[in-house]
Amino acid sequence: MPELIIKNLNIAAILPELSQSFDFSVSPGNCLGINGPSGIGKSVFLKALADMLPHEGEVFLDDIACQSIPAPQWRRQVTLLPAESQWWADRVGEHFKHFEAPLFNSLGFDEAVMDWQIVHLSSGEKQRLACIRVLMNQPKALLMDEPTANLDKDNRLQLEKVIADYQTKHQIPILWISHDQEQLARVSQSVLMLNKHHYEIRITAEIL
Amino acid sequence: MIQLTPWDLLIASVLIILLAVTSFLLQLNIAKQLVIAAIRNVIQLLMVGYILKLIFNSNNIWLLGMIALVMLFIAGFEINARQKYPLKRWTGFKIGISALFLSSFSMTIMSLVVIIAPSPWYTPQYAIPLLGMLLGNTMNGISLGMDKLNQTVYLQRQVIEQRLMLGQDYHEVISEIRAESVRTGMIPIINSMAIAGIVSLPGMMTGQILSGTAPIEAVKYQILIFFMISAGTGFGIILSVWMISKRLFDERQRLNLDILRIKR
Repeated sequence: MPELIIKNLNIAAILPELSQSFDFSVSPGNCLGINGPSGIGKSVFLKALADMLPHEGEVFLDDIACQSIPAPQWRRQVTLLPAESQWWADRVGEHFKHFEAPLFNSLGFDEAVMDWQIVHLSSGEKQRLACIRVLMNQPKALLMDEPTANLDKDNRLQLEKVIADYQTKHQIPILWISHDQEQLARVSQSVLMLNKHHYEIRITAEIL
Repeated sequence: MIQLTPWDLLIASVLIILLAVTSFLLQLNIAKQLVIAAIRNVIQLLMVGYILKLIFNSNNIWLLGMIALVMLFIAGFEINARQKYPLKRWTGFKIGISALFLSSFSMTIMSLVVIIAPSPWYTPQYAIPLLGMLLGNTMNGISLGMDKLNQTVYLQRQVIEQRLMLGQDYHEVISEIRAESVRTGMIPIINSMAIAGIVSLPGMMTGQILSGTAPIEAVKYQILIFFMISAGTGFGIILSVWMISKRLFDERQRLNLDILRIKR
């Protein structure tokens, strides 16, 4: 049961406005929402946790430090799901090692999807497939950067449920950026309120 | 061989002037460029002619080495001159020079020492034209390959980051782009090898035949040159593309576009 521990993390070198150090942890099976004014650097923060940006301080998954293992290995365990997914090949199937029926079905796709062309996907379909792609990596922690921004209500709830099921099964910690208070209430136990010079973590139920 | 007099060249220049006048009358806007290029051409080539005469007579290895270095530096600079997303000046120069040096110089020296074997091996009459042809072609290839690589990586930066995010290794992410860049750089030389003799007579061979060399002898030299150029270009492109793609990622396999000079 993995725990995500952030020690003295500082990203002021790439985002001078965000001049503060972060020190907190997310326990196994817990979800920490992240909320704050847009442009404050929430996405940059998650990118740093996935080691996609240079940063000071250290991030641990249990006792494994990010810098102590190769970056690709870290990113397969602590995986970022961005708001807008990118696709490099022509067909859906080329982005997956294999078809995993329960996972694809749970987000409304059958095996035919593997043959679909990327250019014909709607932004909602892309986002649901991106979620499947990330979960197939079997991550031990998830970093969600407004993953449901392009989804309608039904699909949003469906995606939340799929993530919640995975979380319950594997007891992973999740960080979830969202502007949607109702969504934060549904998915998170506590919320990190991010401001320029300070942040605070509060129980979700208390602030909503 | 029939020697050309200045009058012969003057007659040929009348054709250029005719073309310039025509394009002026048709408002094609190339008259000025054409005349300037023609004048530059005469001055540059005459200068080279006199310099070569000097070098050929002296047979001095130091003088030859100096000329070779000047050629290398100019080619290294020119590689980066017309890029859409050029590397930062010093990085680009360093990579260009080392790729050119490792491919063109070693090819030239090898063909001089092992294959043609004039005595001494650095006889300028062989060394300078060989090096020139290798540098010129390798420079073109590297320049095209580099342009393709930098442009593709810049335009596909989001896709590249997405793949890294999913935990893919940078080799896996860049390999296709790398292969595509090498292919782009190799197209000109592969094309000219493929059509040589059928569509066009290669310039060097034409020159040798004009100066009275037996066609079969000229052909043998031309084949040697083609092989040298292909190998030199290919190795030069591979070297430069590998050197750049390594620098495009930092030690934690993050995309590092800071090595590019983005024109805003």
